[in-house]
Parts: sequence; structure tokens; C-alpha cells
Amino acid sequence: MSEVKTVENMVSITIDGTTYQAKEGEYILNAARANDVFIPAICYLTRCSPTLACRLCLVEADGKQVYACNAKVKDGMEITVDTPNILEERRAIMEVYDVNHPLQCGVCDKSGECELQNYTLELAVDSQSYAIQDTKREVKNWSTVLHYDAALCIVCERCTTVCKDMIGDAAISTTKRGGEPLDKAYKETMPKDAYAMWNKLQKSIIAPSNGTDYTNCSDCGECTAVCPVGALTGRDFVYTSNAWELERVPATCAHCSSGCQIYYEKKHTSVFDRSEKIYRVTNEWNYVSLCGAGRYGYDFENRVESKDEAAFSAAVEAFKKAETIRFNSVITNEEALMLQTLKEKMGVKLVNPDARAFQKFLGAYAKAAGQSLYSYDFKEVMATDFVISVGASLRNDNPNARYAFNNIQKMNKGAGLYFHPVGDNLVPTFGKNVELFTHKVGLEEAALYLVLDLFADKEKLLEDVKSYLDSFKTTTTKTVKEKVMKDVTETVIDEETGEEKQVTKKVPEMVEKEVTVEKNALVEMLGKESDAFDAAFEKMMKKKESFSMIIGEDLYFHDRYENIAKLIALIEQTTPIRVAMIPPKTNSLGVALICDLDDEATGYTVGYNENGDFRLSALGNGDLDMPAMNQQEGTLTNMHKRVTPTNAALEYKGYELNDLMKVLVGAPELTVDWTEKLPVSKGFKRAKFDDLPNGYLNDGTENRGYALENITCEAEVVSVEKIDENGVLEGEIVYRCNPQRQFNDFTDKAHEIFEGFGLYAAPEKAKALGEKVEIDFGDRSITVDVIEDDRMEGDITALADFKSEADVYSLFGPSRYRKVTIRKV
Amino acid sequence: MGLEQFKNRNVGQQEYVMLDLEHTPQSPMGKFKQVVKRTFKPELFVGLGVTMREMINALFRGQMHTIKYPFEKLPISPRYRAIHEMLRLLESGHYRCIGCGLCEKICISNCITMDTRYDENQRKEVSEYTINFGRCIFCGYCAEVCPELAIVHGQRYETASEQRASFSLFEDMLTPIDKLNLQQEYDGFGAVTPNADENIKKTPLAY
Ligand code: SF4
Ligand code: SF4
Ligand code: SF4
Ligand code: SF4
Ligand code: SF4
Ligand code: FES
Repeated sequence: MSEVKTVENMVSITIDGTTYQAKEGEYILNAARANDVFIPAICYLTRCSPTLACRLCLVEADGKQVYACNAKVKDGMEITVDTPNILEERRAIMEVYDVNHPLQCGVCDKSGECELQNYTLELAVDSQSYAIQDTKREVKNWSTVLHYDAALCIVCERCTTVCKDMIGDAAISTTKRGGEPLDKAYKETMPKDAYAMWNKLQKSIIAPSNGTDYTNCSDCGECTAVCPVGALTGRDFVYTSNAWELERVPATCAHCSSGCQIYYEKKHTSVFDRSEKIYRVTNEWNYVSLCGAGRYGYDFENRVESKDEAAFSAAVEAFKKAETIRFNSVITNEEALMLQTLKEKMGVKLVNPDARAFQKFLGAYAKAAGQSLYSYDFKEVMATDFVISVGASLRNDNPNARYAFNNIQKMNKGAGLYFHPVGDNLVPTFGKNVELFTHKVGLEEAALYLVLDLFADKEKLLEDVKSYLDSFKTTTTKTVKEKVMKDVTETVIDEETGEEKQVTKKVPEMVEKEVTVEKNALVEMLGKESDAFDAAFEKMMKKKESFSMIIGEDLYFHDRYENIAKLIALIEQTTPIRVAMIPPKTNSLGVALICDLDDEATGYTVGYNENGDFRLSALGNGDLDMPAMNQQEGTLTNMHKRVTPTNAALEYKGYELNDLMKVLVGAPELTVDWTEKLPVSKGFKRAKFDDLPNGYLNDGTENRGYALENITCEAEVVSVEKIDENGVLEGEIVYRCNPQRQFNDFTDKAHEIFEGFGLYAAPEKAKALGEKVEIDFGDRSITVDVIEDDRMEGDITALADFKSEADVYSLFGPSRYRKVTIRKV
Repeated sequence: MGLEQFKNRNVGQQEYVMLDLEHTPQSPMGKFKQVVKRTFKPELFVGLGVTMREMINALFRGQMHTIKYPFEKLPISPRYRAIHEMLRLLESGHYRCIGCGLCEKICISNCITMDTRYDENQRKEVSEYTINFGRCIFCGYCAEVCPELAIVHGQRYETASEQRASFSLFEDMLTPIDKLNLQQEYDGFGAVTPNADENIKKTPLAY
């Protein structure tokens, strides 16, 4: 695999006389940070484009003044961080930032974690030389979660940059503030960069980019995380606690398979209630971007006052009698291993539909590809410059897969292909070189064949695949108009001398030309015009070096999953594309590796956060209470193929699964004692929980838990089947898909997440459907509200599956799409 | 200080003076004489006379030298650190505390807790505030750190209570609104110095 990864060459640079190693092509600022050298900088965000808003990062490189955040290192570069001129600029810049920005900020929510304060002190600003009349700047609530205090904003543009380059919404931008113009005299008297920066600052303010007062965005809150001052904050958090009162608990977000590193920040509930409560979630925003579920879905704990012995004995009885345990993937590796132990020792069946589908798919892939896991993690995906997404509703299934897709467009001058049956109007805005295939449901194989056709080294393909691909091509001739440059010679008279001269000019002319064009029926089958796509694709492929593919849940829940898995393996074998998979739910990958899952539940069933005859529940509505994810320690396996630790933020006083294990089959003292027992044969390591780190290093290295080992075996010769068009669905189709920010019952329980359970539809479709509908799946039906999602397009509607009570998984069965009848009610 | 001096632990200079006392009589007769002499000295009546004079001064001439605690209390220095008070702004009557939480943070015995929230006027409101006087060591840090001169030490120095924990709420410490005119500016810990104006650096105002 390594041949496709770009090998990073190291160069040596000198900063203030000390020599350091840096990655070639790295910005000076990042190189300095990776080597623990401090260069003042406010506006730069790692993984986003430099905006040059603050100009603090001025350094001298090889005798020239440059901005460290957008000048790249060169071998042998000599860098000086402070020169007299630079110090003067920096000091002036900080003074300007402090104009009309109070520094006796008694109530600001940054409460001392403020970069403006820090730099004011760092640069020893103790007097002010500049002044300008302030403009009234209003406090605004941009959405249900965003609170913007314009008076505190220093227009560093970090929020707008992260929203555009990382999140992809581009929901906020700088606009005119209508501030007083600067006094002309300053232009002469002030340092140059400070003046330029002030001029811009004085004119701008941040506002929703759609021109209204509301962002109407993904509500990820990442803009609030990156804000260096207290201008942008979470609405719910405003003025509730000083940062220094909060205790930070490093954890792993338990809502989706991205498994982002987060900190739960907690303290007592109030003066009178001393029990602890989580006030907010924060993240290492330079290295990981959260979504709205992770950031705002934190209060899902199960408050239990004591151990309920009667319920516990009932649970023990229930387990003894159980034929099946039904659970979902919001569960730690340790608990999954406990359930697997129960299966081995007591012979129960384990049923988990999302992990089961993924397990089968991964198994089929592993057999064909000769490795137990997919090739790329999403960080590697993010480093490529061409990305393809098949079978994932990128906006809803996994925020970080979407961020990667977007970031590639913005940062790597990338290109992207997005294959999905449900139309989306956000994805095309990620970049100029993004092509959307809104294809018919059931044509995922065609998408993969097209990828093969576009990228495969035809030499490596088997004859039958090659001829199958060729069978889609037809050539026709077509007349096109083309512009050609023609030489025209004229005789002109020179006005001054009166001499005649021959002048030859190039004049454009349109000529008609017959050309042969190749038509690719695959492209047409997927709903695009072949010629237009060819032209677009040619442009997309310019200067592209590394290729990746993201695949999602649609492919695991597919009649033809085996053939699809083989096609994926074939793509990896014959093209430079490397694949990363999105596990359907939080720990589906871990469960798929640890547990032997069964397809059908039979007999007496114990449900763990799922329906069953006896219910263990971390939601507080079951027969025996269990701790929620923010009350547990353990590890999760995320989509980056990493086993990451999570810690208990809140106290839990009831019984845990391990207590049941002790009675049933015997178990070690603590849940985390199971960590070192995770199956090594599946790629886990024999590591103790307490030895697992959970953080990032200064150069962005993810120092969290450990990476799973990708176990290789002999790859088989992949023989793939042709596209099966029988599976194509037409008519009224419902897709099993959650709204953004909702993943499971726990996100739903959180008070800052408002997306409801229901049928999501594009605006027009929603209007046609009315307020409430009954969806008839044939054998069963469900009545739900219709909710408009103005980022969806087309006729396919999306039914949320985050409420386990509604049992949407079993309505859909082995596919994510179902043909249904929808009736208004 | 040199090392020898440092090691000399007889710190004071012992300059004893011998008093010139008359010798203690040795013979029984001598002892008897001394007793008679001391008994019949008129000094006793001088003493009684002084007592009588002061009694008359105190009772009838209004020259009492003690105070009738607990009915009367001595005024104490503004720098004394007694039970806290929460002051109000004189102009608006609004409480001065802005909810910055610095007192809560600095409190050395962790006895201050507060809840704050975003109120309808876009201000930070102090919704609850308590000090546990059972734990307070009256160090005065809170009054010193307070940027608003909101929390100050008052004059109430009786801190005995029936229980270890003795909580005061915001309302208990806040100047009653009808006594706002009686609110005293505080000169003690953390108050601005008389020459504060001289120490302030002015920022330019170009408009
Ligand atoms: S809101 Fe914050 S992040 Fe955005 S420009 Fe203002 S100071 Fe910067
Ligand atoms: S919440 Fe997220 S999507 Fe919305 S403006 Fe902020 S960064 Fe952009
Ligand atoms: S829900 Fe997923 S993307 Fe969002 S913060 Fe949690 S792990 Fe990250
Ligand atoms: S006087 Fe000292 S101990 Fe008492 S509340 Fe103030 S800071 Fe705390
Ligand atoms: S330090 Fe003063 S203003 Fe700040 S919270 Fe305490 S009493 Fe209020
Ligand atoms: S960090 Fe380089 S200009 Fe702001």
C-alpha cells in the first residue's frame, strides 16, 4: 500500500540559531509548533487555509519578512522569530486589537482562556497609542446553539475559516460593520502591517453568510470552539460557569463511529445541588473537529441513586433464561467482549443488526483483499487529493467523513465524486470539482464499475471484467464547434512614417468539426450525461496524485454486499485508490471484530438498550439500569481503526454489566480489566486500560489508545459478478437515515439537540406529504411526522432510526432502502 | 549578620539591674515591726479615695471608661476583616457584584459558591451566592480580589454559631435597598488607594 502514500521528506531549518527537522512543504508555523518553538499567531488554524487576518506570525526567513502561517519551509532556511521591526509590528497589532476591547473582562465566558489576553500579556502591551470611536455591535443568537457577541469579536476569521475549510457549511462570513474610517494620520505613523490589519478589522464583522440573522447550518459548534475570545459561544453555556471551575475529563465521543476525542467539562450542578453535571464539551480543535452531536449531546447520563437488588436478581434470572441478547453498537469493546463471553459460556445468541451487516461485509472484503481491515483511516483520506464517496449519506452518516471530503476540496485543490441516490445540495458546494451522481437505488455496483473503468490499470484487470467494462462503451460521431486561431496577414500603413507594413495577427475563428465521442453507458445509467462528465472528469484529474474512497452503510445493507465487497477489493488491487469504510454506528467495528453475531433473535430476549423481554437500559427506562457512556470507562474502536479510551465523567451508583458477569460466569474486578483480554487475533493489543494515552501531540500526532493491527492473509483472485439491475427500486422510496446531530437514543435525550424523530424530506416533497404520514412497509407500518430538510433534494424520503423503541431497523430489514406506500394522516 | 551571631541563640542583651531593696528583717521583733508599719500606713485610704472619686466621676459625671457590651460596641478599624457585606451601586441600587467568580476562585478555604446565568437583559446575573462562615478564615482575599468593591468586610465580628456550617446567602449580606443611604464606602482590604488616580494610565480618546 505504501507506494500510494506520499513519502514526506524532511528538511532542516534553523530557528533562532537552533537547527530543527521539518516536513518538506510544511508552513513555517506548523514546523515550529511541531518542534515546540513558539511563534505568536492568532488567526491560523491547523488543517485550514491561512487567512492572514492577524499578521502576528511575522518572522524573518532568509532575510525577508514573511508570515509564518503561509510561508513554506525550505531546506536550510534561516528563521528569526523576533527582529526589532517585527517586535514593533507585533506590539502595534496587539495594541490595535485592544482598542475598544475591554481587558477588564469580568464576565466573559473565556474566563482567562483568552488568546487576546494572553498575547496582550505576552507582548507586554501596557499602554495604548491608538484610538477610534466604537460602533454599536449587537449580541445575536444565530441558531439554537450559537451566541455571538459582536462587541468582543476581533475578526480573526477563525470561525469562518473552520466553517468553510473543515465543516463545509460556509455558513458565516465577514461582512461590513459600518465602523468609523481610520484617521489618515495613522497611515504614516503606524507600522505597516498593523495599519493594514486594523483597516480591515475596523470595517468587518461576522454574520451568517445567507444574509439573514440565522445561520441555518449544521450546528456543529466548531466555530465556537475555535474562537480565541469570548465572542462566539454556545448559547446554553453563556454565563453559566467560569472555565477554571470546570474539571476536564478526557473521553471519546460515543455517538458515531468517528470516535472523536472530547473533554467533558463538569462541576457541581448548583449551590444547592452538589451532584456533578457536564456543562460543555470541548475539543482539541487544531486536530479534531466535532459535530453538533458530540458537542451538544452530552447530558445523556443515567442518574441512578442506588443499587436496585431486586432488579439485579431479576436480571440474573433473565440472563439465565435468555436465548438471545439484543444490543446495539453504542457499547464499549469491553462490554462487547463480556457479551461474547456469555455467548461462549452460556450459548446465547447475540443480535446486533448494524454490526452484523458490517461484519458480513468486512468478512467478504477481508477474504477478497487479503487483509482483515480496510486500507485507509480518515486522516489518510484527508491527505489525498481525489476522493470518491459511495453508499454513504455523507452529511448524515458520519460528520468526520464529510469533513474529510470537504477538506480535500478546500486544502488539497482536490476533486470528488459523490454517488448517492438521495440528492443533496450541500455536497456540491464543497468545491468546484465535485460531481454528484444521484443515481437510482440499487445501482451501487454500477458506481463501483464506473470507478474501476475510470481508474483501473486495465492490464491488471481480468479479461471478463475488461470486456464487461468495454461493453458499456459506444462511439458516435458528433459535430462540435471549436475555436481555432487563424493567422491573418494584413497590410497596414504606419501612421508616423507613412510606410506600408505587413502585419500578421492571430484571429480566433469558430469552425465546425466532426469528432468521434465515446459514450459510456455506465455514466448514463448513473444519471449523468456521458460527454459532459468526460469533460468534467478530465478537469478533475488534473495534477492529482493520491486517491481515496469512502464507503458507507448503504453497501453493507445491500442484497449484493458480497459482490460489492469484492468490487471494492478489486478497486484496491487495480487502481491507486485506497478505501476507508464508515462503520454504521459508534462501535460497530469493535463489535464486528469481537462478537460472533447471529442473524435472528429467537426465544426469550434480553435487550441491552434495545427492545427485549427483559431490558437493560442506560436510558433509565428499562428493567435494570445500566451506566450511560459518559458514566463508563472502557475503550471504543473507531472508524480510524483505533482503539481509544473513554473515561467516566459522571458518577454512577447502580449495577454494571460486569456485576452481572461476576454472578453469571465470573469476571474480573473492574470493567476495564477486560481491556487486555480483547482478541489479539483480531488485531487488538494486550494493553492495559490505564496505559492507554488520550491526547494529541504538538505536531498533530494522534496519541490516543492504539491502532488496530491490519492482519494480512493470502488474497484470493477476485472474480466479480456483473451489475444486477433487478435490485433497482423505483417509486415511493424511504431511506433509513438519521438527521444531522442525531445518532441514537442518547443524542435524542440531550437537551440541546432538537432534531425530531420523523420522516425527513426535501422541501417540495415535504409540502406534498403534509404534516403527518403513515408509511406502509407491507407487513408493518409506522406513523410519523414529516420534517422538512432543505438540504435534501429529490423524491426519496429519509426515516430516522435513532429511536430504538421505534425499531426502524427491523422495518427495513436487510436494506437501507425500502419501497413503501405513504399515506397522509 | 555573621554566622556566630546567627548561632547565638541568646538573642536579647541581658542587662539586668539590681533593685535597691531594703533587707528582709531576720529577728522576730524586726518582722513584727514591719507588719505593724505596713498595716497602719495611710496609703489604704488614698486608694479607697481614688476608687470613690472615679466611681462618682463614672456614675454621676458621665466619665465612664468601659463599654456596655453587648449593648454597645467599639467602632473598629476599616481594615478589620469581619463578616462580609455585599454592596450596591449608589446610583441605581443594583447590586455591584457582576458574577465574575474571582472571589469564588481565590477563596483560600473554598467557602464561596455561586451560580450565575444569562439574564433577560443580556447581563450575567448572580442567581445564587453563599459563603460558609463556618469555614471562612476572614483572610480578606475575596474583598481584595473583587474588581467591583462589591464584596467587602463589614463591622459584624461576632462569628460564633451553633453549627460548624453556617451559610449566608446573597440577600443576607446585601445592603437592604431601604438602607442604601446608610451604605458606607469601604476603606479596608482591596479598596482603592487614595492616590489611585495618579497610577492610572490614560488611553487616548481621539474622538
Ligand atoms: S467570532 Fe471569534 S473566531 Fe470569529 S472572527 Fe470573531 S473573534 Fe474570530
Ligand atoms: S455551527 Fe458549525 S456549521 Fe454552523 S456556523 Fe458554526 S462552524 Fe459553521
Ligand atoms: S458524533 Fe461522531 S463526529 Fe460528532 S463528535 Fe461524536 S464522534 Fe465526532
Ligand atoms: S475572607 Fe478569605 S476565607 Fe473568607 S470567604 Fe473571603 S477569601 Fe474565603
Ligand atoms: S469578586 Fe466581586 S464582582 Fe466578582 S463575583 Fe465576587 S463579589 Fe461578585
Ligand atoms: S497567524 Fe499568520 S497571519 Fe495570523
